[in-house]
Amino acid sequence: MLDDFFIRALVAGIGIAIVAGPLGCFVIWRRMAYFGDTMAHSALLGVALSLLLELNLMVSVFIVASVVSLLLLFLQKRGALSTDALLGILSHSALSIGLVIVAFMTWVRIDLIGFLFGDILAVSEADIDIIWGGGILVVFALVYLWRPLLASTVNPELAEAEGLRPDRARLFFMLLMALVIAIAMKIVGILLITSLLIIPAATARRFAGSPEIMAVLASLIGALAVAGGLFGSLHFDTPSGPSIVVAALALFVLSLLPVGRRLESASHFSNGGHQ
Amino acid sequence: MLNFRSPETRPLVSLSNTGVRRNGRWLVRGVEFSISRGEIVTLIGPNGSGKSTTAKTAIGVMKPDEGYVERIGGLKVGYVPQKLAIDWTLPLTVERLMTLTGPLKGREIEEALAATGMLHMAKAEVQHLSGGEFQRALLARAIARKPDLLVLDEPVQGVDFSGEIALYELIKQIRNRTGCGILLISHDLHIVMAETDTVVCLNGHVCCRGTPQAVSQSPEYLKLFGRRAAGTLAVYSHHHDHTHLPDGRVLHADGSITESCFPGDGHHHHEEGEDVHDHDPDCGCGHHARLHGYEQPEKRDA
Repeated sequence: MLDDFFIRALVAGIGIAIVAGPLGCFVIWRRMAYFGDTMAHSALLGVALSLLLELNLMVSVFIVASVVSLLLLFLQKRGALSTDALLGILSHSALSIGLVIVAFMTWVRIDLIGFLFGDILAVSEADIDIIWGGGILVVFALVYLWRPLLASTVNPELAEAEGLRPDRARLFFMLLMALVIAIAMKIVGILLITSLLIIPAATARRFAGSPEIMAVLASLIGALAVAGGLFGSLHFDTPSGPSIVVAALALFVLSLLPVGRRLESASHFSNGGHQ
Repeated sequence: MLNFRSPETRPLVSLSNTGVRRNGRWLVRGVEFSISRGEIVTLIGPNGSGKSTTAKTAIGVMKPDEGYVERIGGLKVGYVPQKLAIDWTLPLTVERLMTLTGPLKGREIEEALAATGMLHMAKAEVQHLSGGEFQRALLARAIARKPDLLVLDEPVQGVDFSGEIALYELIKQIRNRTGCGILLISHDLHIVMAETDTVVCLNGHVCCRGTPQAVSQSPEYLKLFGRRAAGTLAVYSHHHDHTHLPDGRVLHADGSITESCFPGDGHHHHEEGEDVHDHDPDCGCGHHARLHGYEQPEKRDA
């Protein structure tokens, strides 16, 4: 009834949504949305380098995203420019350098739109293995790092004073982000990866009573958005990435409706409606 | 292993001539004090005098650039930072806050919440708490893990006067019951907890130190704050003989300006033997007799 490529995309997309959920929670708790964007944009530089040096695509995207995040940490510590400005510089220059390198390589033809916005046709069985293998690795690492990460999200000095290691937790968190960006690129595309991190997590906030519940709910909501988006993409022949984001947005808007268990969110919504 | 007393008598933390430098500027320098089990040390001083820096250096969150900090092995710290803003997007109840940095038994959580009067708020989200309730929740979290050393950075900020007295009463009880050492940073330059064993006044360096007990018993003090406060708060009267200017130079009481305020520059009044305190010369503050031992004999009521 459904084509193989579609089943593959669905399995891959749900795998990504499961890891993106808890990771996305940390992105919004730590106010790192733009940081995630910068890492994702640098993925195109990774794509260009993988073509230029004939490296594995996911490996080179992972390496470039990790290097960019470490560079950011280093520049932040020097404190010459605000984080905001640094992110703006790194984000768009990495994307642009990638585009320029690709343009120079006249001998290769790549589907740029597929990389930028995702392409469900591109998902192979090997990709599914990598996505689920990498995804399981990310989930285990997150469970292991959960306490130091959460404590340092609340206050890094508190975590440090009480024997946890916030710097190490943050470093591992960056590497996990880079890994998720590398494996998610084919499904949602470079420009839209952060939305898969942020929108399900933001949707989950209204129904969550603890950080752990929010992380699990974000995964479920993300999986729902992937399924809805991919069906939409198939039906209307739209690019997979934007379709998934539109589905995630639809769920987010639904979560704002005053039917949830939280009365505060209900009154918040009706106030917002007058704007 | 035969001598069980020796680890007890060793200070939990001691700072020797500790200094911290950031961006070419000394935040604090020449700090010397130690905290033992059952002892309360209060840091006071104007804004930017290095109180939080000193506390963070004592517990290893900041590394000293000069001198050294000694901590007993496996020191368990309970920390209440000065500023703690929890993002609205993080769903965190008081109960969940308790196990933020380590696992606890349900009974331990209940005890700590009951001790701070927060048991009825266990299911409340921390973002919905008032200033005083939030401070109590943070204190409950810090004591629930049964620390050897409790570090409280301005724990009574945003708490009204009667709440302040109640919180200090609670801190006293925690010390008496658990016997932990307490490093307290006061938000007030002159008022400290009466139970304090040692007050250390910082002004980029140790300006002076002493005990507040004598002062809190004085009739003037009782008249000013009333009988109820007398058991809890104490005035630590002192005045600074120099001011740190924004550019890092130092304005002395005689009107002269020097590059630093270190002893030996000839501008420190107490070097000339002048009394800069208006309290008992037995206070051990170091101005009356250098290196005078400031440990107090055991005279605590249980």
